[in-house]
Amino acid sequence: MAKPRRITLSTNPKKDELAKLSLGDVIYLDGTIYTAREGVYKRSLEDQVSLPVDLPKRSAANFHCSPAASMNSNGSFNLGSVTATASFRFSKWIGQWLAQTGAKLIIGKGGMSARDYKQHFVPNGAIYLTTVGYGTGALLGRGVERVSGVYWHSELGLAQAMWLIDVKQMGPFMVESDLLGNSLFERENKKIAEGIGKLYEGTKPATLKRYGETDNRSDELI
Amino acid sequence: MIQIKKIENTAEALMEKAAIEIPSDYLNGLKIAAKEEDGDLSSFVLEAMLENYEAAKQDRSAMCGDTGTPRWYVKIGNDARIEGGPVALESALRRATANATKKVPLRPNRVHPLWRTDFDNNVGIGAPEIEYGFEPEGEWVDLITVHKGGLFGTDYRMLFPSDGIEGIKRFYLDSLIAFGKRGLACQPAIIGIGLGGSKDACMVLGKRAACLRVVGDENPDPKIAELEREFKELGNSIGMGAMGFVGNSMVIDCNIEVAFCHTGGMQMSVHAFCLSSRRAVARIYPDGKVIYRTDPQWYTPYQRRETVDWQERPSWQNHAG
Repeated sequence: MAKPRRITLSTNPKKDELAKLSLGDVIYLDGTIYTAREGVYKRSLEDQVSLPVDLPKRSAANFHCSPAASMNSNGSFNLGSVTATASFRFSKWIGQWLAQTGAKLIIGKGGMSARDYKQHFVPNGAIYLTTVGYGTGALLGRGVERVSGVYWHSELGLAQAMWLIDVKQMGPFMVESDLLGNSLFERENKKIAEGIGKLYEGTKPATLKRYGETDNRSDELI
Repeated sequence: MIQIKKIENTAEALMEKAAIEIPSDYLNGLKIAAKEEDGDLSSFVLEAMLENYEAAKQDRSAMCGDTGTPRWYVKIGNDARIEGGPVALESALRRATANATKKVPLRPNRVHPLWRTDFDNNVGIGAPEIEYGFEPEGEWVDLITVHKGGLFGTDYRMLFPSDGIEGIKRFYLDSLIAFGKRGLACQPAIIGIGLGGSKDACMVLGKRAACLRVVGDENPDPKIAELEREFKELGNSIGMGAMGFVGNSMVIDCNIEVAFCHTGGMQMSVHAFCLSSRRAVARIYPDGKVIYRTDPQWYTPYQRRETVDWQERPSWQNHAG
């Protein structure tokens, strides 16, 4: 069985470093990552509150995650396990975010659509890294050196706050999209789809269909 | 009398165990799946998961950073007495949930559905859920915590008798493939299927089938047990493995629970208990003894209540065909 390639990447990667990556490569990160998800996107892009950190200078790696963490009474943080959340939900903000913050690495769970990659990632020279598992939180936690800042905690809560985390050999992650906008998940889905038809042999659609399964509002359901 | 402080301390310990220690039945199931997996990418993922369980135990760190939405199942022996009664018990479980969220730490996942208010402790309106069961004998209380992931892998559909087993099979495939793509269900998972009841009961059945039974056990109805085995195999023949990559490890086990339903219907729910199948159990006795385990032992003959106490065995169970 072929083992995937293992590569170390900076959280402010150069274009030629990204260009060398192939779908399915296994990545470990050095540098600083930040978390930003619906709370940060909404506050920054819709409510137009200016960002509390200088991006992409501090980091060009946006992790769709909120860590399992708690705050100590002296204001320091107790950080345990780190795991991504599903990224497709952030599609409506991602184009503007990439353009404004210069993010080159979007890290999360499940990837985004090839349409998002072509429309938003490719023009901004960004790629998507997926976490592995997706539950490798303890392994990712080992890559955390320290929390270098937590911003907008009082406004958004711990889970939605913007965390800046210094990391060393944090991983594993996997290259889901490349600079051309190809998607590993879509490639795999295509392969799997070929065999699905025969599994359904002998079954018929449910007696009662569900309104809203298609966009045709005049569909009969029986 | 079971002391309330003992309940609270045990509950806190259970929260930590659930978040950090993968139950042995699931771990063994995953090891077998890892051996049989022949997809390159899926194999890599399963090996990384096995490494992750070790790292979590060594570092006493949560297996997964999304520590789910903690909930409680409490089973009470008929002769148990709890200091302060059931209200004190609920209060102790809420305190333990909040304290453990800070100490482990767990991710404070619970927020208000509209205002997104977050108390940073996994406690709030209706949270954590606390459900109850009883057993005819015993002075003990069983505390079971389950931290199930909250977003993907669950679906419900009203089927009808005319849809038959093929209809059940189809909706099962629909659910697995829909949530299996890109690995949203965090498979390989323990798949729980609820059949019958009413809509709410059906969801409860399926969730309990996924979370309160262990890998390798069987429904006592031999025909349902056969269906469980068939569905496990069917799920693993989709061609999909961990993260939705090409592979054959989708289902670690399939558990089905049923309840009598309306004569015209056949409700069905599907639930996926993920790669970090977080559950931990303790039995607390009145003398203060606590025994920890990972098998909830929830489904006893009394829980399923297949029959009534004035009738030996219902005729529908004889499976003449």
